Amino acid sequence: MPDARTLPVMRRVRQYVALAFLLGCCAVIGAEPARLPAEQLAKAIRNDSITIPTPGELFAALEKPGKPNWVGQMRGPVATTYKNRAQIALNLGSLIADGFIAVEAKDSQQVKNIGTDIIKLAKALGVSENVLSRGNSINEFAENDEWDALQEELEATQNEVKSSMQSHRDQDLIILVSVGGWIRGTQVVSAAVMQNYDERAAKVLRQPALVNFIQSQLNEVSPDVRDEPLIKEVSGQLPGIAKLVAFPGGKAPTADEVRKVNEAVGKMMSQIQAKESK
Amino acid sequence: MKISMSIFAAIGLAITPAVAAPESDTEVAARKAALDLAGAFSNEGFKMRDGHWSGTIKPKEHALIAVNLYAGNQYWFSVGATEPAKKISVNVYDETGKLVQTEGYNEGEKAAAGFSPTSSGQYYVLVDLVEGNESSVCLVYSYK
Repeated sequence: MPDARTLPVMRRVRQYVALAFLLGCCAVIGAEPARLPAEQLAKAIRNDSITIPTPGELFAALEKPGKPNWVGQMRGPVATTYKNRAQIALNLGSLIADGFIAVEAKDSQQVKNIGTDIIKLAKALGVSENVLSRGNSINEFAENDEWDALQEELEATQNEVKSSMQSHRDQDLIILVSVGGWIRGTQVVSAAVMQNYDERAAKVLRQPALVNFIQSQLNEVSPDVRDEPLIKEVSGQLPGIAKLVAFPGGKAPTADEVRKVNEAVGKMMSQIQAKESK
Repeated sequence: MKISMSIFAAIGLAITPAVAAPESDTEVAARKAALDLAGAFSNEGFKMRDGHWSGTIKPKEHALIAVNLYAGNQYWFSVGATEPAKKISVNVYDETGKLVQTEGYNEGEKAAAGFSPTSSGQYYVLVDLVEGNESSVCLVYSYK
């Protein structure tokens, strides 16, 4: 039985042993903290060029359980005569996603058609000549069935469009290009999962933080753009979509939940590609 | 294929980065280091994203970058730094802030971490300056 004088010493020894154990654990896992506090996560850097995934990443994940019917996911030509710059930017993003679909479907003619439409919309926004020359590269790669190179060219085109917007002080339009791509990508993925339900494929639809980030970016655009009726519509529907894609981590949405996501993004896509935005 | 990858890496390096201010010489050098490292994964079928993050890190500080990943894909996060950085590290955390087990690669001013998420959603890439002084760093990532 320890006496009153030895008790504090024993307590101190136990504290040292516990500390040594914790330090040992840190050494095993590379001296990094095993968990970051929520306040630190909230302050993480988030930006359009690395926080928002490309349609190519989304489609790569969808393909893992089995190749979907990409041809069946292609849509008819989109109008390229919009007058509203915000609507053009949203459609430009969705067309780039279409380009990725055509690449997955290995349909070179469709890739060329989409490439031409991308350039038409880019011209309407007054982007630089560098972007316009990308159209020729897209055609060339499509002629030669260079699918990997086409994927990279599409992503490079999207980034060059955004870079040109940045230099033309069209910063507000940058997020709209990403939003258009994300909506079209989600529409296609949810449709493909509905056609051939697979839990592993359905899991790619879980993206609550991404939708919240998009929403926060839209909240920061200038009042002129934010008050456009189409942007108000899109922005107003995002909280509902954020809830629809907030499945618990590791759990796949049911077929019915996937259908709801598809309906919600399908509605937004119809508004975006409507000839006259309301 | 290798040639086409290098051409695109060079194009990516040459054009003004999307949605970012003009880069300094050290940022360009850090980006080149990150692209060189990521290029190695391209040979294994990984596609490199054109987007990136560049910044500076001071000793005992770190950069935490949020990314959104998809279950089913494999990812490699490649970081390059410039002198006077001596050693950097890359780690990945899940949306709850829990450290994720990754494959690692470290070579002084270059480091990479790779893993396959089982859950889609937000993850965080933590870049640390382990040894050396304030320097430019660049993060790029690849997927397949």
